Amino acid sequence: MTQPQAHIRVRNLTLQYGEKLIQKNLNFDVNKNDIFIIMGASGCGKSTLLKHMIGLYHPAQGQIFVNDKSLWDVSDVARQRMMKHFGVTYQAGALISSLTLSENVGMPLELYTQLSPKEIEELASLKLSMVGLAGFEDYYPSEISGGMIKRAALARAIALDPEILFFDEPSAGLDPISASLLDDLILELSDSMKSTIVIVTHELASIFSIGTNTVFLDTDTQTMLATGHPNQLLADCDNASVQQFLRRGGVENA
Amino acid sequence: MTEEVVTFHRHKQDTLRVLIKGDWSISFGLQNPEHFLSHLTSSPETQYVVIDASQLGVWDSSLISYLVTLNGLSKAQNIEVDVTGLPEGIVRLIALAEAVPEREGVAKQLVKLNPVDSLGQFVIQTFHQFTAFITFLGEALLALGRLVRAKAVFRRQDLVIFLVDTGPSSLGIVTLISVLIGMILAFVGAVQLEKFGASIYVASLVGLAMAREMAPMMTAIIMAGRTGAAYAAQLGSMQVNEEIDALKTMGISPVDYLVLPRLLALIFMMPLLTIYANMMGVFGGALVSIIMLDVTWSMYLEQMMATVPLTHFFIGLVKSLIFGVLVALSGCYMGMNSGRSASAVGQAATSAVVMGIVLIIVFDSLVTIVTTVFGI
Repeated sequence: MTQPQAHIRVRNLTLQYGEKLIQKNLNFDVNKNDIFIIMGASGCGKSTLLKHMIGLYHPAQGQIFVNDKSLWDVSDVARQRMMKHFGVTYQAGALISSLTLSENVGMPLELYTQLSPKEIEELASLKLSMVGLAGFEDYYPSEISGGMIKRAALARAIALDPEILFFDEPSAGLDPISASLLDDLILELSDSMKSTIVIVTHELASIFSIGTNTVFLDTDTQTMLATGHPNQLLADCDNASVQQFLRRGGVENA
Repeated sequence: MTEEVVTFHRHKQDTLRVLIKGDWSISFGLQNPEHFLSHLTSSPETQYVVIDASQLGVWDSSLISYLVTLNGLSKAQNIEVDVTGLPEGIVRLIALAEAVPEREGVAKQLVKLNPVDSLGQFVIQTFHQFTAFITFLGEALLALGRLVRAKAVFRRQDLVIFLVDTGPSSLGIVTLISVLIGMILAFVGAVQLEKFGASIYVASLVGLAMAREMAPMMTAIIMAGRTGAAYAAQLGSMQVNEEIDALKTMGISPVDYLVLPRLLALIFMMPLLTIYANMMGVFGGALVSIIMLDVTWSMYLEQMMATVPLTHFFIGLVKSLIFGVLVALSGCYMGMNSGRSASAVGQAATSAVVMGIVLIIVFDSLVTIVTTVFGI
């Protein structure tokens, strides 16, 4: 097997909201074709880290390299161009409520390609059928269920065939079956599209079933405690907090 | 695109070979499946379609889209498609796209209404809106009743916040508009009255116009744009966040808790703001008169007090009170009945301002007609 290639490298990253420190000294690599999981307790800064990695927030310190190019040392225009290769889904879907699903998915295509409206519609339908929403093209986000919104958001994220897909709590608020179906879908898409995936989640089921690499953020020490394959962490990591998290708190008797 | 990325061959009579080559990217546009269809239908013996991707370069969704279309077209004619020659990723994406077929009856039918139907629907909708508004009005009245019996539940701090927001915070814009209105009235009057040597009557004109019409109406319109829109947006986003549902389940009447303090704030503040607008308007008028017409402060004020009876001022004050109620009610009504999306909240804010201003002007004309008939 060849040496895995780093797709995103995070070096000495410090996250702050104004004066309030969220996380410090983050160092980890996301390799090509990884399903990388950012995990940790609620409120430890997982989503904040994600928003730094996709270029929404400026880090207080440190560097994020995507394909060996620093995300924050380039001009705004160049960063915009890098961000075009990202597909992102947000916690609540963040579909534009005044547009139909087909228009939501077609919007990035409309902005970044020279396709005709009919071609855009066709591609949008294809993306929607990939996430199991065939026939829902003309629905508005307010007319469909939460699970469908998450899947439509996924369809929008893959509209431009992104290199890296970011998910902020994709299965939050879904029943276990829908959540596992969504996990399967993510797995299937990453496998067949050969994209790298970064997921923020604290669902143990997802972490173990799809994760190939992880980073664990801790609230008390405000830094990362471990990084690596989830099963390996479970077996080898001797940090109590990590073990407690991965074993649902039952660390002593496990 | 310089070369063909898809070509069609027939080695056997019953097999159509689709050769896919080169790079596929959505930046080149999508391939039209019509060629495929014409090849497919050109010979009726066709039973198999084989896709050959041995010369395929880089690919993205444009290829998937094309292949899914081919698949669909072939299946419609009961022709089998052999995809085994494709890279695994593509096969799986196609399978994914076809995994969940469209459920029947899910797609929305676009219904085209004829003019009569759409007129009918418009009337029905308007009627529903009207009854909803009347209901809301009734609820607000009941809430006022509970307030009088000291049974209404709302936070006193909220009331203070709304009072500050509607009163002192809007003094700046009320000052600006009222002074300018006073000056405009004086200018218009001065040009005409000077011809008759009756320049001093500018004071009466400005005083009367401000007290009776302009001060209450302009203040109300400012409040409709400033406060009415804010109320609609606040309540609308509370509706989006299910906060209003939460209040209901806590046993708190949303009308008591949300509408009442807003309504009271405007009822208190509108007359006060109108008095202030009156003073500012008179000041603006005086400014123009003194500079343009050689009138002194005392002459101006004396003339105004002698010719403008207090009745006008009180009529204006009563009107401003009603305007305040109208602005608060239209803002709150639109907010409470807003849809649950970002654009619906925007629409609610717009409708609140439009409805507020329409109600203000209509009510003002009614009052003018009635008072003229009774000679007040």
